[in-house]
Amino acid sequence: MKKDTFGCRKSHSEPGPGDGGRTGSWRVRRPVIDPEKCIPAKLNKPACFTCWLFCPDSVIKRTIPPTIDYEYCKGCEICCEECPAGAITMVDETEFIKKEK
Amino acid sequence: MTEKTTILNLPEDELVHPGNRACAGCGLSIVYRIGLKALGRNTILVVPPSCLTVLQGLYPIAATQLPCLNVTFASTAAAATGVLGALRALKNKDTTVAAWAGDGGTSDIGLQALSGACERGEDLIFICYDNEAYMNTGVQRSGTTPQGVITTTTPFSGKAQIKKDVPAIIAAHGIDYVATASAAYPLDLYDKIVKAKTIKGPKYIHVHTPCPAGWGFEPRYTVKLGKMAVESGLFDLYEIENHTFRLTGASEKLLGKKRKPVADYFKAQARFRALDDAKIAAVQQEIDEKWAAYSPPA
Amino acid sequence: MHIIESGNVAAASGVKLARVQVIAAYPITPQTPLTERLSEFVDSGEMDAEYIPVESEHSALAVCIAAASTGARAFTATSANGLLYMNEQLHWAAGARLPIVMCVVNRGIGAPWTVWNDHQDAISQRDTGWIQLYCADHQQIIDTVLKAFYLAETVSVPVMVCYDGYILSHTYMPFDVPDQAAVDKFLPPFTPAYALTPGQPANLNTVTLPDIRPDVRGNMAPGYMEIRQNLHADMRDAIDVLADVNKKFETVFGRNGDPYIESYQCEDAEFVAICLGSLSYHLRDVVDILRSQNISVGVMGLRLYRPFPDQAIIDALSGRKGVIVFEKALSYGNQGALYGDIKAALYPAAARPVIHNYILGLGGREIKTDQLVEALKNSCTQADAIGDAPQWIGLKL
Repeated sequence: MKKDTFGCRKSHSEPGPGDGGRTGSWRVRRPVIDPEKCIPAKLNKPACFTCWLFCPDSVIKRTIPPTIDYEYCKGCEICCEECPAGAITMVDETEFIKKEK
Repeated sequence: MTEKTTILNLPEDELVHPGNRACAGCGLSIVYRIGLKALGRNTILVVPPSCLTVLQGLYPIAATQLPCLNVTFASTAAAATGVLGALRALKNKDTTVAAWAGDGGTSDIGLQALSGACERGEDLIFICYDNEAYMNTGVQRSGTTPQGVITTTTPFSGKAQIKKDVPAIIAAHGIDYVATASAAYPLDLYDKIVKAKTIKGPKYIHVHTPCPAGWGFEPRYTVKLGKMAVESGLFDLYEIENHTFRLTGASEKLLGKKRKPVADYFKAQARFRALDDAKIAAVQQEIDEKWAAYSPPA
Repeated sequence: MHIIESGNVAAASGVKLARVQVIAAYPITPQTPLTERLSEFVDSGEMDAEYIPVESEHSALAVCIAAASTGARAFTATSANGLLYMNEQLHWAAGARLPIVMCVVNRGIGAPWTVWNDHQDAISQRDTGWIQLYCADHQQIIDTVLKAFYLAETVSVPVMVCYDGYILSHTYMPFDVPDQAAVDKFLPPFTPAYALTPGQPANLNTVTLPDIRPDVRGNMAPGYMEIRQNLHADMRDAIDVLADVNKKFETVFGRNGDPYIESYQCEDAEFVAICLGSLSYHLRDVVDILRSQNISVGVMGLRLYRPFPDQAIIDALSGRKGVIVFEKALSYGNQGALYGDIKAALYPAAARPVIHNYILGLGGREIKTDQLVEALKNSCTQADAIGDAPQWIGLKL
């Protein structure tokens, strides 16, 4: 780590995802969207997106139907709680581990 | 007022990276994510120690896409003044400078610098996210902790004193824009920040920000709790624009309508467990009196 | 152009010539006339700068920290308790490697209140990571302000320009105010490696973990300890840089002086008195008196206190019979801070002199020439009779 003369070192951070690691591992239950119930999916046009609006972690995309980045979703369940159509259910992560096995 | 923003035209651009260190269900994360959308990329942020310091990332990784200066606890508004001074000296006239502090960093240790900046008329937006205690250090009482709340420094009988009314203190400086908002009403918050960007001089926005860990509720109820505070008439959404007060959004809609009992809000959180029914009734009466003054009988 | 003005005006003139872009200050005696003059420069349009009249010294340095982080040349000034109120911000400015320049108009600190001169304010802040330069007259004040910006911006370390309250700040002396063109030739505009800029996001001064960790490109970034070691290393390098700055200053302005130690009658002196600030000029009279009594003594004024120029100290003092350290500050329960530093510097010297410590002038207590003569004469003639403990001059118990 040779430095130039007076190439001074300071706390200079650059933007990037995953500062806290793969925060998806914090999750105990996974939000799963049911396209049969999800409003934009049912209408097949931009609508509702309440889950996207309230997601604290920018892990939901405003697509039809909305998509969730499970790499980083912390499993707070706000999307499930706020979905006006009851289209999001929380599924125990062990279900997915079983499937992977 | 321009057209109200909707979920469908709220900008898609995400300025906060996923995988940051905020708790699951963090109210601040909602407020910050929406707030940065409103501020846009031509913004310089100034942040004192708070949960936001942690959310923003640990060196050398930043969780946000905006240039940001971390500053000492008491100096937020003064540091924002320094950024503004440098921008003026460098002939940059269009960059927004936003200070973003917690309730401790605003109402307690940061109040002197904030008052100074307001008195000098600095062209900054100061956003206080009020989660009603020092959450980053483990839930100690702050000036904005409500009466009766259990914190780690009011451990058994709850805080004896009432919540400091910071927006009123800032409004008393005679600045042109003071507003309140809530994590549960992101579009209202978004529109207020967008409006603040168009106003010269100091702008202050006080955002009620539920905190699952500090308030004692399941992370899934962050938005619910924020709504209950507003729908009970306890925390009101308003603007004081050019010295004129008006309720906005969900609070404005409550005028002349039946409000939800504040007891429901209190009982949904562990932090109010020291409040007995008589105290809750007293708060309910205060709320009723406040709302009677908002809409006096014809 | 030569003018006759106060030390505070000398400092203000230097700040104006340095084309400072952001000034923030809070009034405190005896710094006040300096900031008043700067606000006159700005308000009259003589100076193109932002003058920000903040509500506290803590905020004054906050403004400078943020302004420098945004790419502007920033200046503040304070004294005594104002400097102490900045303490947290002093560390912050140095840790963030911001080349802020601050005049410290030295004054004693409370309690009890005093507004008069000593050096306890600046000395108590010696470990904040700021370079400390001391002035002995008005010409040195204006010149040192200009050199301070050059030095600060070269090594990315903030600089305090210290001068005695009242003795220099409020007295009038003739001094040369250089031409703007010459100053512009000496001091180029401030161009930081990074300034807060929309479109070039960076998060400055973020929480830093005890160990190193990779950055967003996967390269290992230096951690907290590496950042601290780097500040120390660059502070040490600043000793040589100051000599270069002095040389460059001489080429442009035709005047100079030793960057570290200003000596008087020291060539053959067996005994040397040493101190900070204007006291060294007072001691020149004392040296003249003692020389007339055939006592082989000289005086040195230390111009750079942090980083400590230990090699220059060794070169100047090794082999002398005695070194007498006069101080307007004290590390309570120990001894004078400068005394301790000089003793430490001389420890590896081949021939260590006897060394004495005199504490004087605290809270503006008048320093009388005959007292200095007596003390210095005692040290020179009964060197072995005086111990290591600080001796007090002018104490009226």
